[in-house]
Amino acid sequence: MQELLQQIVSGIATGGIFASLALALVLIYNAMGLVNFAQGEMAMLATFVALALIDHGMNYWIAFPVTLVIAFAGGIAIERVVIRPVERAPILTLVIITLGLATLINGLAGFIFGYVPRAFPSPFSVQTVNILGALASYQDLGVIAVSGVVLLAIYMLLQHTTVGLTMRAAAHHPEASRLLGVHVSWMLALGWGLASAVGSVSGIMVAPILLLQPNMMQTIIIYAFAAAVLGGIESPLGAVVGGVIVGVTVNLAGVYLPFVGGDLQLAVALAIIVGVLVLKPNGLFGRPSVRRV
Amino acid sequence: MTLLDVRELGVRFGGVVALDRVSFTVDAGEVVALIGPNGAGKTTLFNVITRVYRPSSGSVLVDGQPVSRMPPHHVVRHGLARTFQNVALFRSMSVLENVIVGDHTRTRSGWLESMIPMPGTVREEAKARTRAMEMIDFVGLGDVAMRPVAALPFGTQKRVELARALVSKPRLLLLDEPAGGISHEEVDATARLLRRIHDELGMTVLLVEHHMAFVMGISDRVVVLDFGRKIAEGSPGEVQRNPAVIEAYLGAA
Repeated sequence: MQELLQQIVSGIATGGIFASLALALVLIYNAMGLVNFAQGEMAMLATFVALALIDHGMNYWIAFPVTLVIAFAGGIAIERVVIRPVERAPILTLVIITLGLATLINGLAGFIFGYVPRAFPSPFSVQTVNILGALASYQDLGVIAVSGVVLLAIYMLLQHTTVGLTMRAAAHHPEASRLLGVHVSWMLALGWGLASAVGSVSGIMVAPILLLQPNMMQTIIIYAFAAAVLGGIESPLGAVVGGVIVGVTVNLAGVYLPFVGGDLQLAVALAIIVGVLVLKPNGLFGRPSVRRV
Repeated sequence: MTLLDVRELGVRFGGVVALDRVSFTVDAGEVVALIGPNGAGKTTLFNVITRVYRPSSGSVLVDGQPVSRMPPHHVVRHGLARTFQNVALFRSMSVLENVIVGDHTRTRSGWLESMIPMPGTVREEAKARTRAMEMIDFVGLGDVAMRPVAALPFGTQKRVELARALVSKPRLLLLDEPAGGISHEEVDATARLLRRIHDELGMTVLLVEHHMAFVMGISDRVVVLDFGRKIAEGSPGEVQRNPAVIEAYLGAA
């Protein structure tokens, strides 16, 4: 029982990491109906930026928000330079472009920073604390807290600010929004900036565990896909809930199902993706797509 | 004073001529109706005026300024607001949120200020909320302000859209079938509401409508389109007696 609780707490922490990246995917999906395959690589690059700042003597808790701001600006820049010229292209073109972007960023990071895995500092100790009989590490609790704060901030931004409102409006109904004076194209750029910033949180949180190297996010993005699909791909809340469910499931499966172990955890995520798409394509929080004809 | 000046407007979709050298004007303070059989080009004309389509020839001037030179999201700043035939609301948002989006060009804090809540921003957002609520009350929907619009009946949704258009305080309000698809009582209520919009808010109105009693009761002037061409223009009485109009609607005898 105690071990189960510990595994669940640890699963929630992993889930928080998935949730951040899944939310990034959902933000861009909502804005333009596109799954951004480069999201993980963008997060990886941001994590390298964070490490560079910390290596230059910047305090972790200053480097963290500074990295988010840089990632935000970088996301906007990518949208303006790479996506905007093809904004009206068919969705498949955009998907291929994000795949190309992923390869490009991956190669660029390898070229600049090399492929040797690097240790990434964590501000949380690996010591454990006893909560209701279960031992939880400060590391896990810290990750849960940071992810929670970031996800809450995004929620507040989208639901309770004018810019969040206009971003949602632009995503729902671009034509009508434009006539109401919403600069729809700029809202897309802001969406990319926001997604880039949220996604980079997952990179920074996972780097102390996985070690930082250009391919670090390539499994994490699969888990994030699973989380986003489970949550219904267009629901921010769904991405968060989906992230936590995927984190806990994968963790428990790894520990309690002997044939899964550490090696087949990714297969569990893929099974979730396939299972959701077959059984409940709209996920937990998605709306069925109905079109007035 | 001429508020809207449509000059020799032509729109072609491939080989189809949707509008053929249509000209008319709307003076400030007028209520003008645009009528015509299905496919006459009324909604196309609306879409050109609000910059959704670009004209193939001719021009649309609002207050002397050509609409085609404005970026689409600047059209509202020149005093234009519209509703849509099938209602284009943000369905998952509440009535209040929908109307606040319509107001947002009047709150002049940028996106960055809006992201970082400063006292000034909070004050502005409170003001926007108040203005939105006033407009929701004006169209008589105070009771459902917090409800998501998707759950509301079609007639009510039309009034939400009207409030969303009104809140930007447009000088020219364009209504695409305000009486379409709603009940008899709602048509009467909408006519009364339009009269108040004209009298109390002093707005100029251009509307597309099929409901003839509604059109004749409310309009100062009627412009008739058929197959993309203007076939008549005048007071409701004149238009009703015009042989070309009767022929367009009933077919040649």
